[in-house]
Amino acid sequence: MNGVPALAVRAATKRFGAVLALDGVDVEVFAGEVLALLGDNGAGKSTLIKCVSGVHRLDSGSIEMAGQPVLIHSPAAARSLGIETVYQDLALFDNLDLAANFYAGREEAGPAWLPRGIRFLRRGAMVDATAQVLSRLQVGVPDPRAAVGLMSGGQRQAIAVARAAAFASKVVILDEPTAALGLRESQRVLDLIRRLRDQGQAVIVISHAMDHVMEVADRAVVLRRGRKVGEEIPLPDNRQRIVSLIVGGDS
Amino acid sequence: MTEQSAPPARPAAVAAADTEPPRPARRYDVPRLALGVIRIGPALMLVGIVAVMWSLSDVFMTTGNFGNVLSQTAVIAVLAIAQLLVLLTRGIDLSVGSTLALAAVVGALVFASVKSGPLVIVAMLATGLAVGAVNGTVYVWGRLPHPFIITLATLSVARGLALWLSGGQPHRGMPPVIQTIGGDHVGDPIAWLPYSSFLVLGLVLLVYVLLTRMVWGRWIYAVGGNPEGARRAAIPVNGVLISVYVFSGLCAGIAAFITAGRLNAGSPTFGELAELDSIAAVVIGGASFMGGRGNIGNAILGALMIGVIRNGMNLLDVDAFLQPIVIGIVIVIAVELDVVRGWLERRLRVLQAARS
Repeated sequence: MNGVPALAVRAATKRFGAVLALDGVDVEVFAGEVLALLGDNGAGKSTLIKCVSGVHRLDSGSIEMAGQPVLIHSPAAARSLGIETVYQDLALFDNLDLAANFYAGREEAGPAWLPRGIRFLRRGAMVDATAQVLSRLQVGVPDPRAAVGLMSGGQRQAIAVARAAAFASKVVILDEPTAALGLRESQRVLDLIRRLRDQGQAVIVISHAMDHVMEVADRAVVLRRGRKVGEEIPLPDNRQRIVSLIVGGDS
Repeated sequence: MTEQSAPPARPAAVAAADTEPPRPARRYDVPRLALGVIRIGPALMLVGIVAVMWSLSDVFMTTGNFGNVLSQTAVIAVLAIAQLLVLLTRGIDLSVGSTLALAAVVGALVFASVKSGPLVIVAMLATGLAVGAVNGTVYVWGRLPHPFIITLATLSVARGLALWLSGGQPHRGMPPVIQTIGGDHVGDPIAWLPYSSFLVLGLVLLVYVLLTRMVWGRWIYAVGGNPEGARRAAIPVNGVLISVYVFSGLCAGIAAFITAGRLNAGSPTFGELAELDSIAAVVIGGASFMGGRGNIGNAILGALMIGVIRNGMNLLDVDAFLQPIVIGIVIVIAVELDVVRGWLERRLRVLQAARS
């Protein structure tokens, strides 16, 4: 793992009132790598990824992409830097079809001289592109025109991951991607994560499922109470050690 | 055709219980069929009501009466279009009726001093636009939890302003162009067709294109379906919210010149309870109060349904006090259908999961 990290967070600090959610955290993730972000509830994992994806702003510290410092002050900024995030609640629109979900907030439309809001949607192009991505990632979903609200939990998860994969050029962040899924559906999502890595994306996964972490992660960073308390290569041998880092052996 | 799509790897217990393979596939399609029926529910209900009225009254199914229904429904229809957009974003606009009255009064006062048709129209539209802008900006920038309160406030303020400006009296007189649009009918051979129908039709087509073909419409549905998701998807949620209230105010201005033209006056009592009619029409048209679901065609059907019920019951000489009761019952049926739709969709999702 040498070279310049695709994404690096340096000395990240974030405070919510009296609570210090992040306290000088350093995290790096490289292209073609799956990084697991571990920690108990309230450890600061979600805060960290929300800072990277533009939902929150860091109080201090910096974010670098490919060695260059970047400012991420909105979800749109994160997107345009090539960072895509799959949130735990998926942020899907049940009332829209699959293609509309894929392109929510970045609709293909024209003509370009009109203000963005009153451009005409290129619906056919979006449906075709969506179908292509779904087949490239081997997501078993019937029809890009089908309403997402009618799909099963596994399909929805796969769609959310595929949406991130389709538009991310650098980093994909997944918050608890397998939390609500059955065994078979989890495996599908894990396959998808491996495929993203093999395509050269940097992948950050938050998960409580140690089995899944062991399966896909190349490296694991453990947070506890807003601090980074350890960094390990997940192997069967040090599983116990990682777990004790998460729960905090001393407390 | 659905029979071949039965999944090959069914759990053994289920496969054993079903001696015929096609059965699970058929059971899967019953909810889908029911969903389809519910989606065209408003049209079915309107056809049913029309059929009942037709069989009971001789005059109901005449072109003259059809013109009456259209002309009486025009205002509800315009306000329903406005309300639909607001409801799609999980909002509500209680102020449309009062805004209508204020716009009509302002129009009448402008006409009293300047005899200019275009100027009166501009004054009415601008009044609606202004009230809508207040609703939208206070809701969004005042960080209110729900638009109910701010539009309740503007309901009161706009009605009060209308009463104050007019001295509580209706002001007679409207420019010819407004009288024509609001009250006149097209000449031969379709003398029964009111001009206001063209206005409604134009507005329907415009909003249909906005909602289904343009980015803005897509955003409206997205904001209503999942506001937090829309924010994360970098959709300009605040702008979308403000825009629907501004549009709603503008529609109230349009409804004002239809009403003022029909009655050749501007009165502070115009549009009383019209906000509730507009909400009823949209809900009868199957739009969800939880936002994100509903379409323009069904909202217009809902408005027509209210118009047909009122017109038919007048023709049948039914006690006028019964009308709100019947409309109330129709609302309950419509909302219950929405609940059933939600249940069916959850059921479909489970079945989908079982199949995959």
